[in-house]
Amino acid sequence: MKKIAFSQIDNLLAAIAATQKLYMPVETAGQYNYGEWTPGTTYNPDVLHTVKSAKSVFFPQSEDLIRFKRDGMNLSISPVAPEDEDFVVFGVHACDVKGFAVLDRVFLYDPVDAYYTSRRKHGTIFSVMCKAPEETCFCGAFGIDATEPGADVDSWIADDALVMRANTEKGEKLLESLGSLLTDCDDTAADQAKAETKEILGKLPLADLNTNGFGKDVDLLTLFNRPEWKELASGCLGCGTCTYVCPTCQCYDVRDYNTGKEIQRFRVWDSCMYSDFTMMAHGTNRPDHTQRFRQRFMHKLKYYPDRYEGVFGCVGCGRCLQKCPISMNIVKVMKKLGGEA
Amino acid sequence: MQRVSAKVLERVRQLMADGTVAKVVGWKKGEFFYDCAPSVFETVESLDDLVYDSFCASNLSKYMIKNSVLPEGQTGKVLVLLKPCDTYSFNQLLTEHRIQRDNVYILGVGCEGMVDIEKVKAQGVKGIIGASEKDGILTVETVYGNKDVAVRDVLVNKCETCKGKTHVIYDELISENEDEGPAGDRFEGVRALEAMTSEERFAFWKAELSKCIRCNACRNACPACSCRKCVFDNNASGIASKANTDSFEEKMFHIIRAFHVAGRCTDCGECTRVCPQGIPLHLFNRKYIKDINEFYGDYSAGETAGQRGPLINFTLNDVEPQIVSDREGN
Ligand code: SF4
Ligand code: SF4
Ligand code: SF4
Ligand code: SF4
Repeated sequence: MKKIAFSQIDNLLAAIAATQKLYMPVETAGQYNYGEWTPGTTYNPDVLHTVKSAKSVFFPQSEDLIRFKRDGMNLSISPVAPEDEDFVVFGVHACDVKGFAVLDRVFLYDPVDAYYTSRRKHGTIFSVMCKAPEETCFCGAFGIDATEPGADVDSWIADDALVMRANTEKGEKLLESLGSLLTDCDDTAADQAKAETKEILGKLPLADLNTNGFGKDVDLLTLFNRPEWKELASGCLGCGTCTYVCPTCQCYDVRDYNTGKEIQRFRVWDSCMYSDFTMMAHGTNRPDHTQRFRQRFMHKLKYYPDRYEGVFGCVGCGRCLQKCPISMNIVKVMKKLGGEA
Repeated sequence: MQRVSAKVLERVRQLMADGTVAKVVGWKKGEFFYDCAPSVFETVESLDDLVYDSFCASNLSKYMIKNSVLPEGQTGKVLVLLKPCDTYSFNQLLTEHRIQRDNVYILGVGCEGMVDIEKVKAQGVKGIIGASEKDGILTVETVYGNKDVAVRDVLVNKCETCKGKTHVIYDELISENEDEGPAGDRFEGVRALEAMTSEERFAFWKAELSKCIRCNACRNACPACSCRKCVFDNNASGIASKANTDSFEEKMFHIIRAFHVAGRCTDCGECTRVCPQGIPLHLFNRKYIKDINEFYGDYSAGETAGQRGPLINFTLNDVEPQIVSDREGN
């Protein structure tokens, strides 16, 4: 284990940013989202969740794929090359770290997503354990241990220090590069911090939430046809807030933008809550909002586990609990349709 | 936590039990005490989960566009619970012929102001597991200990400057509030913006709007945004969009949306309340309301059903476009 005095954390961040790009929770007009470190950026340990998750660093809300330009009778087509610069993402909590695993299964394998894959290859994830989880947190329901995020580097705020451990080669390289800023230490402080967080996690109101009634062993059509979907969806506005703040929502749309000089083909997050989601030539296959609403939760709790050996597509970060304008969310769905306790 | 809670719940149950209403659009008990959700109740038993307390800020009027169309064979009306401010939105929707009035039973409910849980959390309150309210103090129980907050410090934005406690439309009223008029000056924020230089104002909005993720919560919650198909969702429109394509669009989307609802916006505050990025969208709307008041005389959208707003009327005294330069862009 290595450590640095907590009061020195901004120096640590500056040292990282001196050699590569650094993304971390950055404040703009009162809200925190992942953004690029610039001189003067400070780390705020009291912020648990960014509005958009850390997903936005690897899979940004929109990114250009190809540019088309016509010059007389010639058409030039230039693909936008995937980013290949090394970077670090600092301050990620366990839920968002595990969110990457959910996205990895989709984007890293055939058909490989070149843009995401390249960023994953070049990105080093530096987690910070959550010191003060909130009532909306339920990562434990999906078997996630908030005290062991399992990123390239994991860190814990303990005894006025940031204590850290590298878990991967990338992580080791990063800590090595920080050299003399860090000093060696044993596990005591980190263990103490973990025990404190564990105690709080056990007291949270959703500590007993479980996934009974979902996952790969339950019957798909029975769940699909449950009459309760209608009532659950009855207040839903069909905005995309829940999908846009979610660390595991992975759907995107491909669109063209005419700048007047060229066409930019870009991809942009999509939302199953939108009326034109997966629109096809024959129209949409989910004409009713209840069907669209159901899609989001079936994907997290049934289709994804069916496809990926029982792993769930939700990491329990609680963002949809905090941000849905009408307070409808995956926990309410799980409690209504699943087995209690 | 609202004086009339118990009476409201009892009366709704009665109206459903005796067949006066077949459905209820109300707020449903949540997972925590603060997260009740708008919901449609179709049976008397389901009303066990109906709530009316200080966390029922959401405006249910817009749900009546869909729910006032009765399914075939339904007799009995659809009951909707409306707070004083919500009734303005309902009236405005009637003016725009978006609600079938005859199918609706409006139960007006008294309101002493709604609490914004985000503001409670902003006071450093985390891990909330319960709360109780007494004499204007909300005692929040958390896994990190108890904390007292004054209700008046954590009111939903719109409640800070509540228009007044009068219901402008209802079939039946359960209220114990005297209407003492507006609770505060709702144009204070607008005046602060007007006092800025245009560079400062631009910087203010640039920072705020750069956070926008185009989730459309503001638009979808807005009772004045009731087009069957928004141009921004319509792929044939040429301007459909799921993200802000550039920084120009980032700003213009909101300015245009505010213009589109100008004269129809009742200042119900839903846009600001729902924005996940905390963007004070109501400042756009209030700027337009303030200008309308100054140019055409005081006007309150939704005050009566069927009223003709100044922006769709013509009089010889109407301001000329010249006003923009006369006011030096303000
Ligand atoms: S569904 Fe909700 S709780 Fe689950 S990962 Fe997404 S935002 Fe977080
Ligand atoms: S969901 Fe779990 S990992 Fe995420 S912030 Fe809460 S406690 Fe931490
Ligand atoms: S569940 Fe909530 S956040 Fe998601 S689309 Fe519906 S209203 Fe919006
Ligand atoms: S609710 Fe907020 S973030 Fe969402 S589209 Fe409106 S302004 Fe943007």
